Amino acid sequence: MKRVFADINLKPNLNDMERVRQMALKASELGYRLIALSIPASFQLSLAEKHIQKLREICKEKSVDITSRLNLEPKSSRELLQFLRKWRRKFEIIAVICESKAVARQAAKDHRVDLLNFPAIDFHRRFFDKAEAELASKSQASLEIEIKPLLTLKGPARIRLLSVLRREAAIAKDFNVPIVVSSGATNPLLMRKPLEMAALATLFDLDKSSALDAVSKNPLAIVNRNREKLNPRFIAPGIRLIRMGKNCQ
Amino acid sequence: MKMRRRYIALKIDSGEKFEQKEFFDALWNAVIRLFGEYGASKTGLALISYNMEEGFAIIRVAHIEVEKVRAAIASITEVAAKPVAIHVLAVSGTLKALHRKFGAAIRGN
Repeated sequence: MKRVFADINLKPNLNDMERVRQMALKASELGYRLIALSIPASFQLSLAEKHIQKLREICKEKSVDITSRLNLEPKSSRELLQFLRKWRRKFEIIAVICESKAVARQAAKDHRVDLLNFPAIDFHRRFFDKAEAELASKSQASLEIEIKPLLTLKGPARIRLLSVLRREAAIAKDFNVPIVVSSGATNPLLMRKPLEMAALATLFDLDKSSALDAVSKNPLAIVNRNREKLNPRFIAPGIRLIRMGKNCQ
Repeated sequence: MKMRRRYIALKIDSGEKFEQKEFFDALWNAVIRLFGEYGASKTGLALISYNMEEGFAIIRVAHIEVEKVRAAIASITEVAAKPVAIHVLAVSGTLKALHRKFGAAIRGN
């Protein structure tokens, strides 16, 4: 069966609608069938919803599906819980940028979190270790790896990043934590085709099939699972409302 | 033993035009930066054709090194200090197949 590819981490300047449109069209041209704009929690969310709505219309013609994604950057685990209570049911993907170990641990054990993302440049704040992976594997959270730093960093910084990513990918594999590879692109020239993203993922020792899953099966599984949960007919995993009787009000 | 080869058609995505040497230097530099001189020596990288106007190129690589070269190509963000993205259009075992598919881009008409 033909793979459907997804890039669920496009980061254009959300105030520049033309740039947003260019990136959505580029994604279609490169072969993606599902994309997500990364919306920071600090952004005016009503405006973000308008952008997504406009993009849906543009992308409909190109057969590209758009999903809504919110990036949370909480300062404490308490703040993370507040954010999740407030936003979980409004977005199809929730990613947490883990700036501290406490936040990373809380995010990994909370089943409302879809993606765990760590700062690419500050290696001391990449908290994806065995304990984190064990928690993430129980809560179905995925490890997100952005490709942009791999493209923009040079020399020793990139060598160090590759080494850290190799270690994290191995831990994720040991604990069956799905890996999602996304572009994190801020402009169309930082976007790559799905097969190129998978080739870059092999640099941190993912085998070809896992690398392809990281740009297709794994992100799609998150979106499908959450769309089902956000459906008004959803009751619990595996249970959904089929039909309502006359006396069900 | 005869080395099996693959031909890769590339599209240079940029508003700028680049000389053949600038493009090929960027390609070699990307391979060397990622895999070192030893790794680069195994790729058997060679430029087969280049069309500056169309931003189109065909390169040849050893067939077992295709994924490495694909990663190196994807890692290129600039050529001659100008921002660029290079995308793989197709990989083929024969030049003939690529000529059939991208003949117009190769000839520049």
